[in-house]
Amino acid sequence: MSLEDVTFSITQGEFVSIVGHSGAGKTTLTKLILAEEAPTEGTVFFESTNIHTLSNRDLTNFRRKVGIVFQDFRLLPNRTAYENIAFAMESTGKSDIEIMEDVPHVLELVDLANRAFHFPHQLSGGEKQRLAIARAIITSPELIIADEPTGNLDPTNAKEVINILKKINDLGTTIILTTHNSSVIDQLKKRVITLQDGRIIRDEKEGKYMI
Amino acid sequence: MLTHSKRIIRSGYKNFIRSGFTSVASVLIMTITLFVITSLIFVQVALNSSLNDIKEKVDVTVYFVQDTSEADILGVQSALEKLPEVKSVTYTSSEEALNQFKDKHANDYLTLQALDELNGNPLGATLNIKAKDPSQYESISNYFENGDAFSKGTLTIIDKVDYHQNKIVIDRLNAIISGAQKLGFVFSLILILISLAITFNTIRLIIYMSREEIGVMRLVGAGKKYIQGPFIVSGVLVGLTSAIVTILLFIPISIWLGNQMTDFVGINMFTYYKDNFFQLFIIMLVSGVLLGGISSFLAVIRYIKK
Repeated sequence: MSLEDVTFSITQGEFVSIVGHSGAGKTTLTKLILAEEAPTEGTVFFESTNIHTLSNRDLTNFRRKVGIVFQDFRLLPNRTAYENIAFAMESTGKSDIEIMEDVPHVLELVDLANRAFHFPHQLSGGEKQRLAIARAIITSPELIIADEPTGNLDPTNAKEVINILKKINDLGTTIILTTHNSSVIDQLKKRVITLQDGRIIRDEKEGKYMI
Repeated sequence: MLTHSKRIIRSGYKNFIRSGFTSVASVLIMTITLFVITSLIFVQVALNSSLNDIKEKVDVTVYFVQDTSEADILGVQSALEKLPEVKSVTYTSSEEALNQFKDKHANDYLTLQALDELNGNPLGATLNIKAKDPSQYESISNYFENGDAFSKGTLTIIDKVDYHQNKIVIDRLNAIISGAQKLGFVFSLILILISLAITFNTIRLIIYMSREEIGVMRLVGAGKKYIQGPFIVSGVLVGLTSAIVTILLFIPISIWLGNQMTDFVGINMFTYYKDNFFQLFIIMLVSGVLLGGISSFLAVIRYIKK
């Protein structure tokens, strides 16, 4: 899906939901923000840096400032829950001592302490998503992008995931959430950007799901 | 840096162990490649041994006229031994030649009776020449034709050199040996290339299956080396394991070949395997480790670009 004339800015600490039907351009937008895809026109700035002009090394450093949660979890299948979280820390060069201190703490935070040595295929959908959130927050990122994180979850687990994201946001982390789950949006009472056919049709401070 | 390397190695090792069936499949494919390489080494050794046996059977004999003194013949022998093409020269006196003839025809009564009736020794002394390479017999023969060092006064002391009678056989053997070596080399090269391509593509396919995992690693902020490293370590471990499996597989195979094929190929393959075990293991190990490591490196590189 292509985007056209999409301009908006997000300030630090905001919780922004991006909503729209399937094919509205939500995933394309997150891919542009993560520099997974390059725009044919236009720019994406992160802290006044155009991320699409970054070198490979700087791009890696930028991604360390961003936590990502996917609808399909995208956990590393051959690593335990503990190792999945540790991987994010190892990637940023954290020491073994820091890893041993922080990982159990985050596992506790997402209520997975008793599942630390389970592999992703041994976890339920809700547990997998909580693990993905744990991996996203372990490096204390400035921004978390959650791309349809409740898409594969039942309402109870979906609510739990959104509550965790809200708590993270309360601690000062910026959250970008893409979803087409109306109950999630209505419960949040945060900024909502609505996309339709690749264009922004609404941008409201305390928006509701209106498509 | 040390911590980083330790993590890469640990991660690659865990990947290899935890990938289960995928790792077993990679090891099997790589084992087939190393098996082909080792088999080709065996075939080359057997071929060379057979060709050497054939080469050993080729020689040229110089027949001297009957009255030639032993000193003159030994002089020729010494001159021949100085030629760079000559491997060995064996002198057979006329008496030895007669004894050998009698031994050879011990059961041939008519021939022995005819010999007795001659009342003397009709056989002259000979020099049996073996060249270092069958292709050099012609130049040795030319040496006799051009040299006048073998004349005693106006009479030549050499009765005949049987090169020209053997020329057709020698030339044909030369062609067969050269053809077999060339064919063996080309055949080996083709088989090795096919095996390498299969192994490379298997590893590429396995890494292709991990492309999403690689994508996640990138998005989590892992550097290139940190993504690539564990895959290379896993590839190296596949090579290492395959080398061990191959070298173990060849123990019973070489014993069987030693028992069954020694007479046919002219060399005991088990003895060869035992004597060259260390070198063969190093060849397997280096081939496996390089193949696994380089294939993984090349396969991952396309997924870690931006």
